Amino acid sequence: MSSLIKVTELSKTYESEGVQTRAVCNVSFEIKKGEFVSIMGPSGSGKSTLMHILGLLDRPSTGKYLLEGQNTSYLSDNELARLRNKKIGFIFQAFNLLPRTTVYENVELPLIYDRESDKNNQLKVLQALRSVGIEHRKDYLSNQISGGEKQRVAIARALVNNPEVIFADEPTGNLDSKSGLQVMEILEKLNEEGHTIILVTHETITASYAKRIIKILDGQIVSDKEVSEKRRLIAESKKRIK
Amino acid sequence: MRIFLDPIKISYHNLRSSKFRSFLTMLGIIIGVASVIVVMSIGSSAQKLILGQVKGIGSNLIGVLPGASEENGPPVTAMGATITSLKYSDLKALLFKKNAPDIQDATAYVTGTALVKSKSESNQINYQGVTASLSKVENIEIDQGRFLVKQENTNLARVAVLGSTVAKDLFPNENPVGKNIQIKDLSFKIVGILKKRGSSGFSSSDDNLYLPLLTAQKLLLNIDYLNFIRVKVGSEDSINQTIDDIKKTLREEHNIRNPINDDFSVRSAAQALSVLSNVTNVLKYFLTSIAAISLLVGGVGIMNIMLVSVKQRIWEIGLRKALGATDQNIILQFLIESIFVTFTGGLIGIVLGATVAFLSAYIIRHLGYDWEFSLSWQSISLASGIAIFIGLIFGLYPAKKAGKISPMEALRYE
Repeated sequence: MSSLIKVTELSKTYESEGVQTRAVCNVSFEIKKGEFVSIMGPSGSGKSTLMHILGLLDRPSTGKYLLEGQNTSYLSDNELARLRNKKIGFIFQAFNLLPRTTVYENVELPLIYDRESDKNNQLKVLQALRSVGIEHRKDYLSNQISGGEKQRVAIARALVNNPEVIFADEPTGNLDSKSGLQVMEILEKLNEEGHTIILVTHETITASYAKRIIKILDGQIVSDKEVSEKRRLIAESKKRIK
Repeated sequence: MRIFLDPIKISYHNLRSSKFRSFLTMLGIIIGVASVIVVMSIGSSAQKLILGQVKGIGSNLIGVLPGASEENGPPVTAMGATITSLKYSDLKALLFKKNAPDIQDATAYVTGTALVKSKSESNQINYQGVTASLSKVENIEIDQGRFLVKQENTNLARVAVLGSTVAKDLFPNENPVGKNIQIKDLSFKIVGILKKRGSSGFSSSDDNLYLPLLTAQKLLLNIDYLNFIRVKVGSEDSINQTIDDIKKTLREEHNIRNPINDDFSVRSAAQALSVLSNVTNVLKYFLTSIAAISLLVGGVGIMNIMLVSVKQRIWEIGLRKALGATDQNIILQFLIESIFVTFTGGLIGIVLGATVAFLSAYIIRHLGYDWEFSLSWQSISLASGIAIFIGLIFGLYPAKKAGKISPMEALRYE
């Protein structure tokens, strides 16, 4: 499999009121197409900052970030916006759906910022809704559906532009365990269909859905392991019993 | 398409979800636009009224006044002196076709005030001594009887024609034609009554009493000069040529070689009309620009509310950016929103302003003025144009601020 994300000696330093904080410190790793990776760590470990950088929402202070072989350091804000639109899908903890807007329109949102995609918008939106099993809610307003449904809409929104990689930031954080399970199963299914998924979480059980777990502490990678098939199955069954 | 529709939909929802706050936000724009509409409407109605009155005198009329033109120093009449330079012979010279071929007709005026008595009433009334041509020059219409005729002038006939108001005042209960009235102890026979004309022209013919020119000069005023001459020209195109002809004729009559020594002045209603319409235009736009100042205040209100809106929706901006919106997309969105707000305020203001202007026109008409309600497309498009412009100008800063918001804000939102 070809390399999708490659970072070398990536660092991010924040400065507030003269005090420098290193959120990410000399991190290097590689993620291939089709992987399902969890980035795990307690809050304040720098995992969110790392995800911001990988998701092209933020720029690194030093180091190199290649997305599909393209160096992202020298891209303008507008070029980054275009890349986010084309190659990256986001799933947020708080769903972040537009209020007073229909499910359909929420999912369509990334397409309206895509200049090249004017045709087949309807087809793409319906397909994305179908793949998360929420097509029947397409004309509901986003505040008329349940939390689990909201997150599925958010996943459909992340899918609609057929991105190279989907970032999920604590996707089950605001959900009850049953809805959380559904969401994780959808993500798992998407990965089986070939989508690259990067999951950011502090929950061990959620993280164990991934095939690879990168653990972060104080801005540094402390472990980077493939999850054995066995352990995944155990975690899965545990969750099922619950 | 959604790039344009979404902001409009969002602003519509925002306006509806907090109606009172939205109303307060738009109030400045509403008041500003309404006052622009009211001022422009009332201004152009007043302009129409004033110009209409001048036109009522006739735009194809030329006035000849005694004394030098005001362009060469202050008018002598202003000092209280009476100028006696205009004579009946001048009128005759002007009516001589060879001198001024485009003159259709002309009449001379002398004016005075006297106590006029009928059998039952008495009144202080302005009278005018005129020639029979007056009916043609001023397009006077007769209600009963007839107007003065030529012979009555030459043989000093003691006859009179009454304006409709004067007739009603002196003879409230009977038909005045054929009756007698007393002016300065002289008895005059009434031969005609004029049709009611309303207040067209600066002096209404309804309030006038007309006598033969020479009768008024010799029997009542004891003078041999004229107060002014009024000339009617066939078409407005020949007014300038005729003015020159009149000047030449009168200079010959008065033995004047150098135009500087002119003892008369010639003016056309068309000249007065263009001066007046310039003056009224300046006034109208001056008042409009004052009204427009309140729009600036409204604009500040819009800027304020847009800044609040940007702050409240930081997460939404972040989300849109995370999904691929560029800075420009966001700026456009907020500009469209602020323009939508000001444009909506503008529409309400136009309706409000038009209503106020219409009501005041209704009231003014009932006060007896010949007032026309006017609401031009120019004033409506000017007002909505200004509203959009205000939205654009005062929305620009908040929109730029929104455009700068980092997409990371989307993830900080809880």
